[in-house]
Amino acid sequence: MSPTPPRLALTGIVKRYGATLANDEVALSVAPGEIHALLGENGAGKSTLMKIVYGVVAPDAGEIAWDGRPVAIADPNAARRLGIGMVFQHFSLFETLTVAENIALGLGSTRPLEALAAEIRQVAARYGLAVDPGRHVHHLSVGERQRIEILRCLLQQPRLLILDEPTSVLTPQEVEGLFAMLRRLAAEGCSVLYISHKLEEIRALCSAATVLRAGRVAARCDPRAETAESLAEMMIGGRVVRTTRAARQPGPPCLVVDRLTLAPEEPFGTTLRDIALELRAGEILGIAGVAGNGQAELLAALAGERRSAAARIALDGRPVGHLGPAARRARGLAFIPEERLGRGAIADYSLAENALLTRLDARTAPRGLLDPGAVRALATRLIARFGVRAAGIAARGRSLSGGNMQKFIVGREIDAGPRVLLAAHPTWGVDIGAAVAIHQALLDLAAAGAGILVVSEDLDELLGLADRIAVLAGGRLSPPVPVAETGAEAIGLLMGSAPGDAQRMADAAAA
Amino acid sequence: MPDAFVLLALLVATLRAATPLLLAGFGELVAERSGVLNLGVEGMMLVGAAAGFIATAATGQPLLGLLVAALAGMLMALLFGLLTLTLGANQVACGLALTIFGIGLSALIGLPWQGTPIAGLASVIWPGLDAAGPVAQQLMLLDPVLWLALLLPALVGAFLYRSRAGLILRAVGESHEAAHALGYGVLRVRYAAVLFGGAMAGLGGAYLSLVYTPMWTENMVAGRGWIALALVVFSAWKPGWLALGALFFGFVTIAQFQAGAFGLEVSPHLLSMLPYLATVVVLVLISRDETRRKLNAPAALGKPFTAAG
Repeated sequence: MSPTPPRLALTGIVKRYGATLANDEVALSVAPGEIHALLGENGAGKSTLMKIVYGVVAPDAGEIAWDGRPVAIADPNAARRLGIGMVFQHFSLFETLTVAENIALGLGSTRPLEALAAEIRQVAARYGLAVDPGRHVHHLSVGERQRIEILRCLLQQPRLLILDEPTSVLTPQEVEGLFAMLRRLAAEGCSVLYISHKLEEIRALCSAATVLRAGRVAARCDPRAETAESLAEMMIGGRVVRTTRAARQPGPPCLVVDRLTLAPEEPFGTTLRDIALELRAGEILGIAGVAGNGQAELLAALAGERRSAAARIALDGRPVGHLGPAARRARGLAFIPEERLGRGAIADYSLAENALLTRLDARTAPRGLLDPGAVRALATRLIARFGVRAAGIAARGRSLSGGNMQKFIVGREIDAGPRVLLAAHPTWGVDIGAAVAIHQALLDLAAAGAGILVVSEDLDELLGLADRIAVLAGGRLSPPVPVAETGAEAIGLLMGSAPGDAQRMADAAAA
Repeated sequence: MPDAFVLLALLVATLRAATPLLLAGFGELVAERSGVLNLGVEGMMLVGAAAGFIATAATGQPLLGLLVAALAGMLMALLFGLLTLTLGANQVACGLALTIFGIGLSALIGLPWQGTPIAGLASVIWPGLDAAGPVAQQLMLLDPVLWLALLLPALVGAFLYRSRAGLILRAVGESHEAAHALGYGVLRVRYAAVLFGGAMAGLGGAYLSLVYTPMWTENMVAGRGWIALALVVFSAWKPGWLALGALFFGFVTIAQFQAGAFGLEVSPHLLSMLPYLATVVVLVLISRDETRRKLNAPAALGKPFTAAG
């Protein structure tokens, strides 16, 4: 037994949302100076637990002890007064304000902005975080924004720093920098709670781990003594199935983009510059890059939501740049958008109605009238063929878990028999089992002769799926390289070379 | 120097015509910067105009009337806040309802006071007004409320961009989730902003009924509340542009009165339309840059906030 009490000790935490138990009798203990991993799939209750610790959400039952004394954390201000800092997964930054203004808002102090700016520079230098306090946040890359969130916490001399999925937006090189900073912080006595589902990172960084599954503590372990395999099994409570990959023979080009340049529609958007790519039938082409480097703009241009000159984009040799999404779908292009509920499907529609969103054709609606039998048959087939767990074809979109809804959307597009499939972040936020099923479906579709373009921030996903990978950075697309000839390190360097990140490159060179 | 005197008179008249818009517009600007879209400006102005007039007519104290008008506007804003902030009702629908309510309420309470004469604000503050020379008379028409309206752009600008409270207000209007996560009382900030908007709208309405045309007639705000709303949006939520827009409206209003003096034979109804039309057209032209507008628009505008958990 250690004589010093744990920095943070949770016992018997219960939080219920309607019928679901988000946290069920959760206990967790973090020692001073420890980097503790909170591991679990999406929906396992990690975020709820952290919101309770940070005072955003009140628990229904349970106790929180801080340095051995029981405390009640009524709101985020109370958490900050204790010395708890939190870096959110979806950043809580204000786009139109400057870095210093954002940090001032988070500090709750009344010191003038000039003095604060000097302090920001000082703390930033101490921990190797490069930022300019006077810049507006909307000019910054995602990695830089995260540094501001972290700085905001560091300026309050935290004694416990919580990071929620911090690396999902970083290049591999940035991840190394983040880890070095966290280790330094821990060595100075600050505890770190590190929420993630990336197993290799947790093994590299953390000295203790609590694994959550379906709201309960499934296991506690020392991740350094475990393998990624064994951690994954604790997380999902069973064996991990692997994808199988048939040999594929790339055919003729099915989607060709020729010198596409497009100004953004959104004020904070990225300009696409001189994009050229050639996707061949039976091939999976991966587009890597940190979000906000033109991914949304490229997908909108390819799917037809943004139109361009006809000749810029060709589908099976025919120009389609001037056509809208429906006309492109009719020519064999299918699209899996990144937002499941909102763009891919409608939360309040039944699965049958959601199936119709992209499959309204002569079979489901002959002569303009819906054929209920054909619609039912289509939805039933999708559910059965792609293993969607749902209460039936009348189930509302919002009643499905993220993974099952995504399987349904991916299935709907694959079942249409597309010549070309665009998939945006196909496994973002889905559980491991669903991710494997989706990857397998994509591999099978490519083996059947379709060309697939996968845009993802998850390098491991692209390295496992794609035949070739190109990197989108600052609105420019690098030439694709065969996966066999590259690795995470080389792609990471390309990802970091966006023009907006010139500052970071300069810092790296100076370090 | 008759020309200089005419210019002075024109300037004073323009400022007086612009004052209600400056007051209501800057009140609404602050409310919208905190993320609340209150379409009830016209209704709050009318109730302020009626309440201020009644208080003045009953007591003979225009300063008391101004205070009552501001409080009446705040009461209207409080009602709006209860519905949209506490109860989370739709802001557009509630704002429209507030205007319709304000039209009816002001007509009802103002009915017995129609045609009642009151002493104008200027003659109460400056007892020597009637005896003064023409130039001094013009200068005396620049009353304290007008000076407040002229200072509002600078005051609101300094508050929004130089003070910590203004920073928090902008943050709440930009992303209420993020502000809440940082521990700021989103609803408290919004209540304060909406109440300020109500007080300014009430004051703007009372300026019409106590100073600009010292009398009460039904629906006398005549759409100025709507123009104030349009000014806020078309000025891209920027204090400087809003002030220019309000002054421009005042100028066209006065120019339109003068048109008759130049022997222009146009229907008076067309002429009284002119300030509204000209203001909207000019503002649309200067706010064509969509990127700039999106950059300045409070991102959380009109979205109801409820704390999770």
